[in-house]
Amino acid sequence: MTSFKALRVRLSQGTQYITDLRKAVPSGFRGRPILGSGPCASDCEACRDACPTEAIRLYPVTIDLGRCVFCNACVEVCPEKKIVFTPDTMMGAAEREHLVVREGITEPARMKPSQSLSKIFGRSLKLRQVSAGGCNGCELELNALANVNFDLQRFGIEWVASPRHADALVLTGPLTRNMRDAVRLAWDAIPEPRFVVAVGACAISGGLYEGASGVDRDFLESVGPSLYVAGCPPHPLTFVNAILDFLGIG
Amino acid sequence: MSTSVIVHRMNVCDIPTHNPNAWRDDLTKRFRDGHRILTLFGRRDHDRVLITAVLQAQDRSIVLSRSTVTPEFGYHELTSEFPALHCFERELHEQTGVRIAAHAWLKPIRYEGKTQSAMNEYPFYKIEGKEVHEVAVGPVHAGVIEPGSFRFMCLGEQVHHLEIQLGYQHRGVERRLLEREPTRLTPLVETIAGDTSIAHAWAYCSTLESVSDCELDIEVEAARAIALELERVAMHLAGLSGLAADVGFLQGATTYGRLRTTAINTTMRLCGSRFGRGALRPGGVAMRLPPDLLNEVRGNLNLLRRDLPIINECFLASQTVQHRLRSVGVLTEAQAAELGLVGMAARASGIPIDARQEVKSGAYKVLPIPVAIIRDGDCWGRARLRIAEMDASLLWLSTILALYPNWDCPRKRIGSLAPNQIAFALVEGWRGEVIHCLETGATGEVVHYKVQDPSFRNWMGLAIAVRGNEISDFPICNKSFDLSYCGNDL
Repeated sequence: MTSFKALRVRLSQGTQYITDLRKAVPSGFRGRPILGSGPCASDCEACRDACPTEAIRLYPVTIDLGRCVFCNACVEVCPEKKIVFTPDTMMGAAEREHLVVREGITEPARMKPSQSLSKIFGRSLKLRQVSAGGCNGCELELNALANVNFDLQRFGIEWVASPRHADALVLTGPLTRNMRDAVRLAWDAIPEPRFVVAVGACAISGGLYEGASGVDRDFLESVGPSLYVAGCPPHPLTFVNAILDFLGIG
Repeated sequence: MSTSVIVHRMNVCDIPTHNPNAWRDDLTKRFRDGHRILTLFGRRDHDRVLITAVLQAQDRSIVLSRSTVTPEFGYHELTSEFPALHCFERELHEQTGVRIAAHAWLKPIRYEGKTQSAMNEYPFYKIEGKEVHEVAVGPVHAGVIEPGSFRFMCLGEQVHHLEIQLGYQHRGVERRLLEREPTRLTPLVETIAGDTSIAHAWAYCSTLESVSDCELDIEVEAARAIALELERVAMHLAGLSGLAADVGFLQGATTYGRLRTTAINTTMRLCGSRFGRGALRPGGVAMRLPPDLLNEVRGNLNLLRRDLPIINECFLASQTVQHRLRSVGVLTEAQAAELGLVGMAARASGIPIDARQEVKSGAYKVLPIPVAIIRDGDCWGRARLRIAEMDASLLWLSTILALYPNWDCPRKRIGSLAPNQIAFALVEGWRGEVIHCLETGATGEVVHYKVQDPSFRNWMGLAIAVRGNEISDFPICNKSFDLSYCGNDL
């Protein structure tokens, strides 16, 4: 009887994994923005003023995905419909400045795989996640990577419990003062070679909490991230594709 | 004012304000009469501290009571007679420095401000004797979760006491809320606790709409409630998936996990974010429901209603699940009431509080949602409660969508905020009551913004529930309460 019930669940489950994570586009997702190349209304600074994280600069217009929280406020105020958020999830970068979206450029910046890291971690990468002020949005999306849909393990990439078993530190949250010691301890416990991945606007730039009273970003100033994964929170596909590009997989 | 959540607004001049002793007597009398504490907070007002208490009477009406105290004199504690106040008095002391005489345990809630550097020095309780030992866990845990520190004091394998230390996630939310333009706080509010963004955003919007006299159409109320119930379903699925994984019932872990994907992707179709970011905005919603999307949403709800019962039946009949969850992490009704637990943890211990039942207008009045109550108070009860709540929410969602399929209401403009007002909003999020309280000054400027996540009140429930349990059952107990770290730490 019990096995019959289990079979019913199995039948209802079907096949859930996304076969090609490289090509998957989540319909309806507010992802990578593109900027039209048409002129702005004269003296219009509405998008910059509406942005809660100072992600937008003017003359010419740029959007920094390391700060953007994808709230759509800029789109709502733009009289020229210059800003469009697309469902594209490709928002990983190895260089901080590659997160800046510029006018008239519709394709994401190509990431150059790291040759040295690719050789070591290309077939097996163990990640230790530490949240330091993360709101559980990034954490839930990172957890989702291990579910039946995204199945990150198919690439030999896995979450591990101990930093001693890890190759990289995946940071979420703006880095709180109260987590300063714990983040440093976790990093010190990871054997070399190792690197830091900053996930989400908070970790990359401080985001909505840049300069907030409980935030201390000294760690990231001394140990710069090797990989940036943008979003608020980043879609699991953003993370997968960033890691695969970084290590030159697939 | 008509709204689907509990909102109470009044002129600050009309709030009864007492001297400290009379205020204390007033509260004591009210609590003895069966009033329930909703929130209690203070702020510095020149060299004095202004304390505001918000209570709910047995007839569900809201009562405010205020006092102005001198920080050095303070007042005599209330926690020993009314333990539900323990977290409020600890927070009040931490945030304002007011003396709370004879309070037994003024441990900081979140080590904010001056106490931040002192976090490592704070002494945990100690246990001494034969066969006793202590286990320290955290702040970094063996999973992809937020940080918090747990100190177990054990007799053999049994937990004698658990002391929880939080604050690692403290970002400075409340101060930041005052540093920004009050009508443009939604993105920030959505990250107070990112797994219950809709509830926090709704509470924020309601306080703002209340002090600016902005009335919403029922279609907007329905759209907000739909987002809130989708969030409830998604997070209950996430919780059950985690619980199933923790007891080694892997079919439950994977199936609840993929059904959660369907739920959050439905939210994404409506607003562009799997967590409902950007769904609610002051004066309305930024969600769209064109006819083709309506069909897709209905299809997803039908899928959930078809597939969920199959895995629920399997989960509930599994001996592994029953063996691991039954009689583990028990919190009796008396304990839950005494500690002032709220939300699903309270309802799983037999306490019938659910704000969705108490509203006098709006979406939950047009179409009431049945409240689920379970009396067991154990992990099994909390798991079954979540299953019951999902069933109720899914049925409710299907019906309300048929009633209000058209959300194309233009967003209303938030005008200037009325001066000298206090606006209190309470939203029944998936964990429990999310409370925001906003006070304006003489020119309509925001002088205080208080945020309260249900986790703030429920953490002590977890500490008490694990007493007498095997330490190895802690992960299950923790997951069954499913509390927020950042929601507590702010």
